[in-house]
Amino acid sequence: MTTSDLQFRHVTKTFGAGPSAVRALQDLTLEVNHGTITALVGPDGAGKTTLMRLAAGLLLADSGEITVLGLDVARSAREIQSRIGYMPQHFGLYEDLSVKENLELYADLQGIASRERSARFDRLLEMTGLAPFPNRMAGRLSGGMKQKLGLACALLRSPQLLLLDEPTVGVDPVSRRELWQLIRQFVEETGTTVLMSTAYLDEAERCDHIVVLDEGKVLTHRAPAEFLQAVTGRVFLLTKKGWTRRRLLEAVSPREEVVDAVIEGDGVRVVLSETLSPGSIASWKDLDPLEAAPVAPRFEDALLDLLRGERQTERRAGSEAAVISGATPVPDAQQRETVIEVHDVVRKFGAFTAVKGISFDVRRGEVFGLLGANGAGKTTTFRMLCGLLPPTSGKLKLAGIDVRRAAAAARARIGYMAQKFSLYGTLNVRENLAFFSRAYGLSGARRRRRMEWAIEEFQLASVLGTLSHALPLGYQQRLAFACALMHEPDILFLDEPTSGVDPLARREFWHRIDQLAARDVTVLVTTHFMAEAEYCDRLVILREGVILATGSPLDIRQQAGRDGKPAPDMEEAFLRLVAERPRAEEVRT
Amino acid sequence: MSGSMRKRVMRMRGLIRKEFLQVLRDPSALGIAFILPAVLLLLFGYGVSLDAKSVPLAIVVEQPTAETTSFCGKFEQSRYFVPHHYRSLHEAVEAMRRGEVDGIVHLRADFGEQLRRPRPAEIQVILNGVDANTARIVSGYVQNVFVLWASEYLRTSGTQIAVPVRIEQRVWFNANVRSRNFLVPGVIAVIMTLIGALLTALLMAREWERGTMEALIVTPVSIAEILLGKMLPYFLLGMGGLLLSTFMAITVFDVPLRGSATVLIGSSALFLLAALGMGLFISSVARIQFVAAQIAIITTFLPAFILSGFIFDIRSMPRPIQWITHIIPARYYVSILQTVFLAGDVGPIVWPNVAVLALMAAFFLVATRRVTRKRLD
Repeated sequence: MTTSDLQFRHVTKTFGAGPSAVRALQDLTLEVNHGTITALVGPDGAGKTTLMRLAAGLLLADSGEITVLGLDVARSAREIQSRIGYMPQHFGLYEDLSVKENLELYADLQGIASRERSARFDRLLEMTGLAPFPNRMAGRLSGGMKQKLGLACALLRSPQLLLLDEPTVGVDPVSRRELWQLIRQFVEETGTTVLMSTAYLDEAERCDHIVVLDEGKVLTHRAPAEFLQAVTGRVFLLTKKGWTRRRLLEAVSPREEVVDAVIEGDGVRVVLSETLSPGSIASWKDLDPLEAAPVAPRFEDALLDLLRGERQTERRAGSEAAVISGATPVPDAQQRETVIEVHDVVRKFGAFTAVKGISFDVRRGEVFGLLGANGAGKTTTFRMLCGLLPPTSGKLKLAGIDVRRAAAAARARIGYMAQKFSLYGTLNVRENLAFFSRAYGLSGARRRRRMEWAIEEFQLASVLGTLSHALPLGYQQRLAFACALMHEPDILFLDEPTSGVDPLARREFWHRIDQLAARDVTVLVTTHFMAEAEYCDRLVILREGVILATGSPLDIRQQAGRDGKPAPDMEEAFLRLVAERPRAEEVRT
Repeated sequence: MSGSMRKRVMRMRGLIRKEFLQVLRDPSALGIAFILPAVLLLLFGYGVSLDAKSVPLAIVVEQPTAETTSFCGKFEQSRYFVPHHYRSLHEAVEAMRRGEVDGIVHLRADFGEQLRRPRPAEIQVILNGVDANTARIVSGYVQNVFVLWASEYLRTSGTQIAVPVRIEQRVWFNANVRSRNFLVPGVIAVIMTLIGALLTALLMAREWERGTMEALIVTPVSIAEILLGKMLPYFLLGMGGLLLSTFMAITVFDVPLRGSATVLIGSSALFLLAALGMGLFISSVARIQFVAAQIAIITTFLPAFILSGFIFDIRSMPRPIQWITHIIPARYYVSILQTVFLAGDVGPIVWPNVAVLALMAAFFLVATRRVTRKRLD
């Protein structure tokens, strides 16, 4: 008897053929033990979804062997499918069926006897918190509730193996936590084996095992504690009196011995290279006096350490080019003029109010964050600011221009990077740059100069002839960012710029934003990664169209503080702020 | 094994119930299933007519006589013409140039004399040939009017002129020569194609697009069950469309149904199976709604319109096009429909067409079953 419920042996899977073929998995070997929760972590395009689909019998491997619950996937797909639960990234809920009808359908498909049903439904509805609205159409549920219903459908018949493909992506922290508890509770009750892929590293840390996937290969497969052990004693929080966090980051991150540096709280969190002794910080004479407090490592630190090791060469090239110009310390933002003004803005779509009277303002050179889960109203707010969507009521001003009256004039000053990077997939990199620069009205020498700048600045020279839809996501993000900057805008709108991009590319991206801010560009950025809030100067947290909190990251953590101590991180702050007000969903019905 | 049978029934029940709920709640599906058919029927029943009716016709009489008056009277009485009288040919030609009349009937000054001579009398007919179809029909009508008037004239005038051949016209199957009578049965073929192929291809592609198919196929359902679960509801919907159309054809448009309901329903069921097969086949190839719709319209809907003999006579098409029509299921179905409605159960026409439809239905269903995999690649 084997104790592993899922085995991959030398599995290779290729999509397409010829020169454009994509190797999703390369000679991958993996085992998932019975009764454990294993997290699958890795950048987009690493092969996570392919792996899940292969295990569910949805795809056929080119070579290698896959065994699920002791059965060969290629031969016994149906038998396996009657014993596993699978939740694809966008779970196939029928949006025009109600909660109950969706459950009924999957109960029929899974062959659950009618007499067992009502007890089972009641239990699942109660676990998922969906009990109050069994008759609501699935399409009208919030993102988190949809995911919970999807999970409930996958759990209907107590599967022996549960495959979850990013079950919590884009869902707000409250629902994320609830989903996580749901899975935990289920595993404890039934001893089910779980394999879940996730983009949230803190979630991975809570699993029994973590598999790091990169470019179709297993990089590492260990318990979280082992990951942490590898970086223990190498993680510090640096602070320097009189210096802004961003200035300190600029000073620290290019150093050879720094594996990773990131803004956190009022300082900079660094991971030092393995080969250096912890005492080496003391040798940074130019930064004296520097305070360095050792902090407990996180899985993220370990992962970045691991990925950096893998791509040593790439990183060096990146960091050199990233030093654009000597970033001068930013003068105190408090005294600068207001560039973006949002006052009591409301936006309705029919009976649904997406944005319920929000107000905030952004000053020149600030990095301002709009934080919230999918459906919180971030994108709607963005579109109104860009003049793409008129507000139902309220005042919107960009650099003193009323967006409602002179949308075009306001738009000429902004660079906009849309969610999912709206590039022309069938144009190559050079053609995309050429198109967007023309679209922004550049011509002649200036256009040539800007194109050269973009190619060099974003290191696009090696991919100039590649069609943009064939680019890895990290490159797509860079190209989209370059396109948004072609006309040297002094206001930048970035809508979910880091969604789906690997942690390294995310670091590099935020680094660029810092440099732009240092050159007086005002940046408004949305994200559903609560951790990224730390990189903003100030931010608002949005939930269901309402602002929960406004201020600097530290302000907000203090607002959510308990016993005089600020919340330990933004996610916790969010959870506490939400707990203080009841959810609209629960008030209704 | 009864346990596995019970589960199979349960799965089918789940799939079919889901499908019906979706159709009922989706306005676009309802539109394709019920509103579009009604619109098409009304359009072809009332709006489109291939008959020439109330054609403006110029009549030029150079020398009015008793004969010309009685001849012209025939045009006045005819519901096919609206006569306009002109003094000279020149004026009539001008009127035709201005588009006021579609034809000219010219009676020379010696029309009366000619009638009394042994040689045949002559009238000149000039037609606007821009719309060739109408011109041909008008020409026929004018000749008819003349023949009718001439025989009557000869009888009443007592002049015994031997008319060597008398044409006795009888139009069979569609005595009033109403184009509606063959258009309306043809529309049924288009409607069944809409529901069977277009709607099914769209809804299947939607499942792929929204990711519901991915979740569906990782349950213990078999491919046959998924396909059957899609086919059964739309088969019923299609048959509903047939009944609705037939009912409207008979009651609203006065189209006769001379054949038996059995043949009508049986052949329709076969055609619908072929259409469903095509729809499902398309969606197994095209998993995006937009692409599926394009393919379905080009390969099923348009051929059902143009190449089925529904509007355009297949025999007057160029040879290569005629060959193409043989692979269009709607061609065989339209032929059956027009026969069953207007002539009756004519075995030699119905059975060969039914046989071809059965073959096509079997082909598409087997092909669909073959190409549809319970996998994403």
